[in-house]
Amino acid sequence: MAALLSPIKDVLSERRLFLSRVIIAAVISIVLLGIVVARLVQLQVIDHELFAEKSQGNRVRIEPVPPIRGLVFDRKGRVLAENLPAYQLELIPEQVDDIDDTLNRLAAINLIEVEDIPRFKELSRSGPRFKPVTLKFRLTEEEIANFAIQRPRFHGIDFQPRLVRHYPNGAEVAHAVGYVGALSTADLQRLDPAAYAGTSHTGKTGVESAFESDLHGDAGYRHLITNARGRQVPSDTSDLLNSLPADASSEPGANVYLSIDLDLQRIAYEAFDGRRGALVALDPWTGEILALVSAPAFDPNLFAVGMTTSQYRELQDDPDRPLFNRASRGAYPPGSTIKPMLALAAIETGATNLTRKNLCRGYFQLPGDEHRYRDWKPEGHGPVDLHDAIEQSCDVYFYEVSRDIGIDAMHDYLDRFGLGTKTGIDTGGEHAGLVPSREWKKNNFRNRDDQRWYHGETVIASIGQGYMLATPLQLASAVGALATRGQRFRPHIVAAVEDGLTAERRIVQPERLPDVEISNDIYWEYVLGAMHDVMQGSRGTARAVGLGAPYEMAGKSGTAQVVSIAQDQKYDEAELEERQRDHALFIAFAPFDNPRIAVALIVENGESGSGVAAPIAKSIMDAYLGYGDDAQ
Amino acid sequence: MPTWGTVTMRSSDTQRLLTSKAAPLSDFSLILRRLHVDGPLFLGLLLICGFGLFVLYSAVGESNRLLTNQVIRLGVAFIAMLIVAQLPPDFMRRWTPWGYLIGLVLLVLVLIKGDVGQGARRWLDIGIRFQPSEAMKLAVPMMAAWYLHDRQIPPKLGQLVTIAVMIIVPTLLIAKQPDLGTALLIAASGVIVIVLAGMSFKLFIGLGIAAIPGALVLWNFMQDYQKQRVLTLLNPDSDPLGAGYNIIQSKIAIGSGGLFGKGWTNGSQAQLEFLPERDTDFIFAVLGEEFGLLGVLTLVVLYMFVIGRGLYISVQAQDTFSRLLAGSISLTFMVYVFVNTAMVTGLVPVVGVPLPLVSFGGTSMVTLMAGFGILMSIHSNRKLLPH
Repeated sequence: MAALLSPIKDVLSERRLFLSRVIIAAVISIVLLGIVVARLVQLQVIDHELFAEKSQGNRVRIEPVPPIRGLVFDRKGRVLAENLPAYQLELIPEQVDDIDDTLNRLAAINLIEVEDIPRFKELSRSGPRFKPVTLKFRLTEEEIANFAIQRPRFHGIDFQPRLVRHYPNGAEVAHAVGYVGALSTADLQRLDPAAYAGTSHTGKTGVESAFESDLHGDAGYRHLITNARGRQVPSDTSDLLNSLPADASSEPGANVYLSIDLDLQRIAYEAFDGRRGALVALDPWTGEILALVSAPAFDPNLFAVGMTTSQYRELQDDPDRPLFNRASRGAYPPGSTIKPMLALAAIETGATNLTRKNLCRGYFQLPGDEHRYRDWKPEGHGPVDLHDAIEQSCDVYFYEVSRDIGIDAMHDYLDRFGLGTKTGIDTGGEHAGLVPSREWKKNNFRNRDDQRWYHGETVIASIGQGYMLATPLQLASAVGALATRGQRFRPHIVAAVEDGLTAERRIVQPERLPDVEISNDIYWEYVLGAMHDVMQGSRGTARAVGLGAPYEMAGKSGTAQVVSIAQDQKYDEAELEERQRDHALFIAFAPFDNPRIAVALIVENGESGSGVAAPIAKSIMDAYLGYGDDAQ
Repeated sequence: MPTWGTVTMRSSDTQRLLTSKAAPLSDFSLILRRLHVDGPLFLGLLLICGFGLFVLYSAVGESNRLLTNQVIRLGVAFIAMLIVAQLPPDFMRRWTPWGYLIGLVLLVLVLIKGDVGQGARRWLDIGIRFQPSEAMKLAVPMMAAWYLHDRQIPPKLGQLVTIAVMIIVPTLLIAKQPDLGTALLIAASGVIVIVLAGMSFKLFIGLGIAAIPGALVLWNFMQDYQKQRVLTLLNPDSDPLGAGYNIIQSKIAIGSGGLFGKGWTNGSQAQLEFLPERDTDFIFAVLGEEFGLLGVLTLVVLYMFVIGRGLYISVQAQDTFSRLLAGSISLTFMVYVFVNTAMVTGLVPVVGVPLPLVSFGGTSMVTLMAGFGILMSIHSNRKLLPH
């Protein structure tokens, strides 16, 4: 068939047709490639600037340079928080062939804990493959030496030097200074992400947290050439590094000087000797806190360095709650320590006068009520006036006058001393305590019967029991107000902030709070005199402590019930769990004539305010006034 | 006999050589002619490949191993070209139907028992691993040209339908692998034959409109990633880290190259791995970034020269088969160049077509060079005709 058709082919017209088609095709080709060329001109000439900028933005990454955290000093310039170089163990995910195997082998030589392995696996999966995961924040020299030998067996594991926060005094100042910990997701929501881009740790509690903005400093930044996966390109590809914008160095954080005296802090912490409790000492004329101790405490370095899961669980589950700051967050029944303040309320409201004597028979009964409100001294104190009632801590006297003062006036006077409201301490993190009133009860109970205020509750409140709660910090502030005869200053722990670069100091000025107004100075003398006799009087509850002291002091003991004791049941310590024993409280100031230090403390389940708590208060005052063991 | 004609031509060259002053040059061109090599086309291809290797060296991160790899492939491809150039066009024409049929059988085999690579079934292992679709790149236009060789052109409607079937069957088989890019290019090479054969443009346009339902069918054939590519082209910024990433980074690379480029091996987009597939489909962006407009225009001009030479050869060809085949090979090459460059500059969807002779990779290069071998064979086997 092909052979038949071929002769009749018109070769010439076919060539002409083909030529015309090729010409058309050539034109179309030129047009198509012309479009591409036009596009290239558009991209490379017209929009060149735009794309050049985008290309630059692609490859240049701004890496933050974290600032060096400011230091924390005590009032005498001793370091409480510093930054030390430490070696940390890191894992670079992309360099490790078998993560499970590597982690298991690290656990086998005790560099990490088995139960942390899942966490590290998750961390090495979640981030960029080239970004190191920290396995251990601080290696001991022994661990470094040990690992150095085995290093060839661990591809992708290495130790790197980093600055790590260090607290040389450990637990002694833990609750005052606070600690830094690794930035959490919650922290990152609260903080400026730009300023914290290069920072690994932030203040979690205490001064570290409250003065975070001063301590942190300003982050700098530097420009890096990175590839599409964000990995820094080694500097030897020098041509790519041209025309980078200038870097900015970081500015160190401010140094913070505390009013805390490390010596007092140490003495107080040691005085608790493993018992649970808290102590706050302050300068009554400025509000400067000289010591703030909560015992037992913990080693804050654990947080800065990073804990293993088991270490953290141990701290969390410790029944003594070492992480709990009892000094500002612990709310306790203040017990008899409020008696001096209530005495002023009683005089001012006319519920009693300076000379009236009542007979104390060891118990008190409300009219028409069989219930006996007992005195701590079962046989009674006999005839006592207000002075004696403070000196000997007679409960019955206060039971009796409480009816005439009334709960609302009691609330009013205690409120003037700052009880029941937060002191506003600069480190924050405090409990407001509680001073009950009719209104409070109405607002805080749902049941109609519970909303009523009962006379019996007023009686209980007069000895700092019942609903009433106060923190050691509040009590310290209140005893400070007694010492100054009514002048009050907001308690604060930071005395000065020093610029990290210029060393310029900003001194924190005392903040005066509204005075406690008492109509006649004689009343102050009367009540403070009674407090003086608590320590130095012939029948003072804490005369054993005040005896033979080289200076005069004033104080008031308190013993607060943890559980209420049923009627007519003999108080038997042996039967009570140790943790149900009474709390021992004490407030004091010294010297009596020229007060320079005010102290409040509690020893949980310490049973006797005058016997257990008062000696600790005295040891602090001794040290501060220069009569301590170390004093010359 | 065709061989007789060439012998005559050679002897006339020999005479010219004897009288010429530029003896060494003529000596060289004599060798080329004896090897059935077309000098200008060979030079053009050599320049493109040389320039391409230069760019590739930078794109593969200055790896000597990968560069050597590519040089070997180029060598193989040039040898394939030389071998094909030795086959006379009549010989090729006679064997075309058999080649086409074998190609179809292999395509069916691929679908049945081919090796899977990158989610598609493209490879066949019969002693050596190869892609039958590559052979079809040449077999389809050859088949169309073979069919029209003995018939009067322009083709009649019935003949067009026959050719259309010849084109559509392998196209669908390849699209099913799935390898949409190759399928479309093979269809294009067949269609080019019909258009060059003088098919009326009215009919062509009419078919084009009628093809819209066909395109919808094709859309259903497409894998999700292919559909995504089409959609991404319409608005690359809609998914800057996903499907649009390639186009965005490629445009940044080319645009930031400016007039003169950032310098060889200094393209930050390419060297810092922002540009994906920088040594294969997107190597044109590397060229644009490092050599600027000047570099890309140089390459485009070289391509145009090769295409132009191919079209010249097709016009000079002396029978229908040679003419249509030469034209189709040249224009298909143009389509390759256009689709890749237009894709990299964001003018058409990312279809996965390499930049011919420059992109890293071997199989398609052999086919390509074999095609140029056909051109050389056609040109060097012309009979002398009186003008």
